[in-house]
Order: sequence, then C-alpha cells, then structure tokens
Amino acid sequence: MTVPVHLRHDETFVLNLGPQHPATHGVLRVKLTMDGEYVVKAEPVLGYIHRMHEKMAEGGTFAQFMPNTARMDYLHALAFNHGYALVVEKAAGIEVPERAEFIRVITVELNRIASHLLWWAAFLLDLGGFTPLLYAFDDREKIIDLLERVTGSRLTYCYMRFGGVYNDIDDEFITGTREFIKRLRSRLPRFYHDLVTHNIILIKRIKNIGIITPEQCRRYGATGPVARGSGISYDIRKNEPYSVYPEFDFDVPVFEECDSMARYMVRMHEMEQSLRIIEQALDKLPDGPVMGKAPKMLKPEAGYYYSAVETARGSLGHRLVCDGGKNPYKLKLRSPTFSNLSLYGEVAEGMMLADALAFMGSLDLVIPEIDR
Amino acid sequence: MDTSIWRALFYLVGIMAFAGLNAAYLGWCERKGAARIQRRIGPCEAGYGGLWQPLADGLKLMSKQLLVPQGVDGIIFRLAPVLAMVPAITSMVVIPFSENIQARAMELSVLLLFALASLGMLAILLGGWASGNKYAIISSARAVSQNLAYEIPMLVTVITVVMISGSMNLREIAIDQQGGFWHWNIFRLENGHFLTMWISFIIFFICSVAETNRAPFDMAEAESELVAGFMTEYGSMGFGLFMMGEYLNIVVGACLTATLFLGGWDCPFGLTPGVWWFLIKIYVLIFTFIWIRWTYPRTQIYRLLNLSWKILIPFSLANLLITAALIKVF
Repeated sequence: MTVPVHLRHDETFVLNLGPQHPATHGVLRVKLTMDGEYVVKAEPVLGYIHRMHEKMAEGGTFAQFMPNTARMDYLHALAFNHGYALVVEKAAGIEVPERAEFIRVITVELNRIASHLLWWAAFLLDLGGFTPLLYAFDDREKIIDLLERVTGSRLTYCYMRFGGVYNDIDDEFITGTREFIKRLRSRLPRFYHDLVTHNIILIKRIKNIGIITPEQCRRYGATGPVARGSGISYDIRKNEPYSVYPEFDFDVPVFEECDSMARYMVRMHEMEQSLRIIEQALDKLPDGPVMGKAPKMLKPEAGYYYSAVETARGSLGHRLVCDGGKNPYKLKLRSPTFSNLSLYGEVAEGMMLADALAFMGSLDLVIPEIDR
Repeated sequence: MDTSIWRALFYLVGIMAFAGLNAAYLGWCERKGAARIQRRIGPCEAGYGGLWQPLADGLKLMSKQLLVPQGVDGIIFRLAPVLAMVPAITSMVVIPFSENIQARAMELSVLLLFALASLGMLAILLGGWASGNKYAIISSARAVSQNLAYEIPMLVTVITVVMISGSMNLREIAIDQQGGFWHWNIFRLENGHFLTMWISFIIFFICSVAETNRAPFDMAEAESELVAGFMTEYGSMGFGLFMMGEYLNIVVGACLTATLFLGGWDCPFGLTPGVWWFLIKIYVLIFTFIWIRWTYPRTQIYRLLNLSWKILIPFSLANLLITAALIKVF
C-alpha cells in the first residue's frame, strides 16, 4: 500500500508467526504485533536451529570442519565450501592448481543458479503461485544431477579440499553442463518471464513493496541481491576479486528501485550472468591436476586470516584465528542472511500481513545459515 | 401413491448424488488438472488414473476424530462445516439442468440462490470465529469483506440479465435464450445487447471466482500467510465438509453462469438441446476455474477490494444503465 496508514499502537494483538509456519521456510519465528491486518512491529526471533558450528570448528582439525560448511547454507553449499577452503589455503599458504580453481568456479556458479531457482520457486509459493515451483524444480534437478556426478552428493556438498577439489570433471559433465546452459536459456524467457515476471498480479504484488533504502542497507550491512536491488553495486566477485573470477567477463546486475521487484530482477539477471561465467570457464578450462600439494596435517602459522566470497545471498566472510596448532583456535563466520534479516523489523513496519510475508520472501532467507 | 412424492424422492436422491459425486470428483479433477499444468502425473496409485483417490481420502477423513480444541465455541464450531455444505446442496434445487430436469421452478429462484450463497459465507465467518485462532479470525474478516464487495457487482449484473429476460425464474431466463448462441445473453443480437453483455459476463465470472474464494482471490485460505485460514483448527470431516462445500459452490457458480449467460441447456448451433449441453458448459467453466487457480499467483486483499469497488461496481452500474437504455430505445 502506497498510502501511509495511521497505526493504532494501543489496539494491537500479537501474532506468532512460526517457528512452524508455511511462509518462514524453516524454523524462523517472527513476533508480529498487529493492528488488524497491519504490522505495527515485527521482531524476528532466532536460535531455533542453532547447532554451534563455529564451536565445532575449534574441536576438530581444519579438514574435519569442511562437511559442516555445507550444513549452514544448504542451498549454496559449494560457496561455503569455497569460502572455507580459501581462508585455510590463505592461512597455510597452499597453492591451488588453475584447473581446480576453474572447476570450483563452475560448480559454485551452477550451485548459485540452483539456489536462485529454489528461491524463485519458494517466493512464488509465498505469493500463492504453486505451479512455478515445479517448473523451477525441473531445471534445478538437472543441476543437481550434474553436481551429483562430480561431487557425489546432491545437497550438502563436501567437494572442495585444501589445495584443490575432490574429483575431476569428465566429458559427460562438460557436455551436460553445456546442454543445461542451452536449456535454461531457452526456458528463462518462456517459463520464467512470460508466465511469471510479466504477470500483472505479480507485478502489482511486489512493485513498490518492501522499499529498502541504500542507507538502511549500509546500516544493517545487507549484501548480495538485497543490496544490489537497492542500487548498491557491490559484489565480492568484482569488488574484491578472489579465485579466478577476474578472468571472466560478467556484469553485476544492479537495480535502483529498492523494492521487492528490484531484488527479484537482480536474481533473475544473476542467473543469466552465472550461465555466462560457466560458459567462459568451460571454454577456457585448462588441463592439469585438480589437487595441489598440501600437507596431510595442516598447521598454519599463528595469526588472523580473513577471506570473503559471494554466495547467492550476499557476502560470506570467514575469519580464522590460528595459534599454530592443528585445529582452528577460532572461526567466525559473517553470514549474509543474518544481516539481510536484521532489517526486516524496520522495513516491515506499517505493511499489511500479506505484503510483509511477500517482503520476507524477497529477502531469500536460509535459516540454518543465520543460526549456524 | 402420489406422483409428487416420487418426484420429490427422485430429485432428492438425484441432487444428493450429483452433489456428492461432484464434491468428491472435482477434487480429483483439480488434482489431475493441476498435475497436468505442472507437468506431473497426479494421483495414480488408487485405481486406474487414481480414480479411487476421492474414496480413499473420504474414508481417511471419516475415520478420523473431529478434534475440538479447548476454548472454542463447541456448537458453532461443529455447525459451521454443515452450514458450508447445506446451502450449496440446497441451491441445486432451483437450477434448471434441462427443460424437464429441475426440482423446483420458483419465481424468485435467482434471489434464493444469492441468499443461499450468503449463508455459505456465514459458515466461513462462524467457523473462523468459533475456532478462536488468530489466523482463522483474520481469514474470516477477509472473507466477509471480500464477499460483501463482490456480491454487489454480481447482483447488479444479474439485474441486467433479469431486465433482458423479464423474469427472475432461472427456467424462464434459460428458455428465453433458446435457439443458438446468438440468442444467449452473452452474445444476444436482439436490441444490440451483445455490445455490453460480454462485459457483464466477465464481471459476473470474476465475481463468481471471488465469491467461491478461489485463487487468485483465495484471501481467506492464503496458506502462505494464514496457514489454512478459517480451516486451521479443523480436521477430519469438518475439514472435509468445508472442502466439499467449496467445490459445490464452484458447481453452483458455474451452473448459474451457464444459465444466466450461456443459454442453459441450449445447443450453440440450434441442434438437439438437452442436459448434455448444460453439463458441457458447466464443466468447461469449472475447468477454467481450475486453470486460473494453477496459473496465477494470489492477489492482495486491498487490491481485491479496490478491483471490486473501483472497477467492477462502476462498470456494472454503467452496464445496467446502458442495457436499460437499449431496452427502452428498441
């Protein structure tokens, strides 16, 4: 609603949204103070799926933490793999063969598309459109089959190793990926844009709803599509390049409208850009080993190390503190969704219930990544 | 014995069977239709093409206990599902399936149908209110404002039809449209009514989608916002009756649309009119309901009300005036 409403703060009731609710996609609880259908105050309550991953990192060796990374953001698990591998390689000074970095980028970008497809499906489900879910899952299934072929798992990957990757890609993966690129490119305009993006009901539902100002983004540290939908051109892959991303030609989609539609469009365009990156990476793929020389037992020198990667939801930072021992002294993660969710309460104030939930969907929340 | 008793018995059994079959098998049709739209197969385990699925679902629902949560109004809570189903079945009494198949040809049958449709809305209100659940109450409030907003344009368009036919008897309205599609109210050549009646038809159809709480206007059971809306606290056959009532309302809405605008049992080309044409028309309309539901996302409650108050009501009123003028002029 564009007209500001006068909220009555004295005639409210509390609506407990979650931890089990169809719209929160996980165990998020939002305490909503409502005036009729209007949200007076929204208070996200976290911690329902806290598993002490950061503490677990201190208990084992560096390699033993790798499977945990995939359990945080299960939708873009490979980016978490990648981020952790990068920070440990930085600490231990391990060289990664170029082919391994290319393979990392290809799989991470495939995983990013899968994550955006699932977000798209879930977002439309929040808006009451069930059919797009199955179209998106149809395409996502192809990616998962490809990734299963090289990584051995379908959702929680543990594919990266310090110094390379676990498994080389084969010709079947390469041809399958090229076919998938062709398939998604032909389906994006028809099944995604014609059916959904240009639908008048959808446009009315998400245009000018959930305005996040650039100032709010900076204050809460929002990153990823949320920031890029508010006109902030910030993508770790471009701004603080890591891995072999500088070798590829790709754009960072930025939209100035600041509303849910802008965030929607950012993600739709990002899928196309990821396809471009994968295509270039497959063309330039060098020969060579996929595993560099890395000691069996890592003992990085004592010190502080930081590395950041761009996941589907924003920038993910790993801060590693080493004391010269064989396990991390401390590992702290800066996860994107936590910052993105933090601004929810401020922005959702004064919205109607249905809009507030559509806005929540547009943030692309993955709860296990917030709680860790 | 008196033939009128046999006739009453025949229609009682016939209407109950028609209503029961439709309530059960529209669920199956919806699931199959949705599956085809979504490139899946749909129910296929129970019987050929999943044809026994409604029976299995019904048995499952019936074998469950109707849980009445603590602190709810027990009588209203149990009454509401019944109230959802009964008016929908009762409505069938006045629907003319063909020239000779109609239980009661009442003079004010159009009015009766709308009165019964409003009773169905009462069931949603009472069910949500008695549940004592916040989601259910929000859902009830939405359902009431929605039904109120959409009954007005619906009634105004019906008045245009009544003016053209000069009767509030559904049977006479249908008889008035016999003899090919150019006689149907939607395309009526006579007096130039085709100029405005197709707009009335569209308004009426949109309103009947909204009246039956179907997507994209299913505000009352928006599962991503209100969990299950007014049905949140209902299980077993309480839930089952609400679902059946919803499907029956769709059938009644389709029957009404077919009778008022599409010539009832009339054949489009003037050949062998009969009940089969009526059935074809209502199932095409019902399929359209299903098609819309599985294609579009849900709209928002205030957009829904804006659509009614700002677009549908002015248009239907203008239509009414133009139709009246056309009748007067010719």
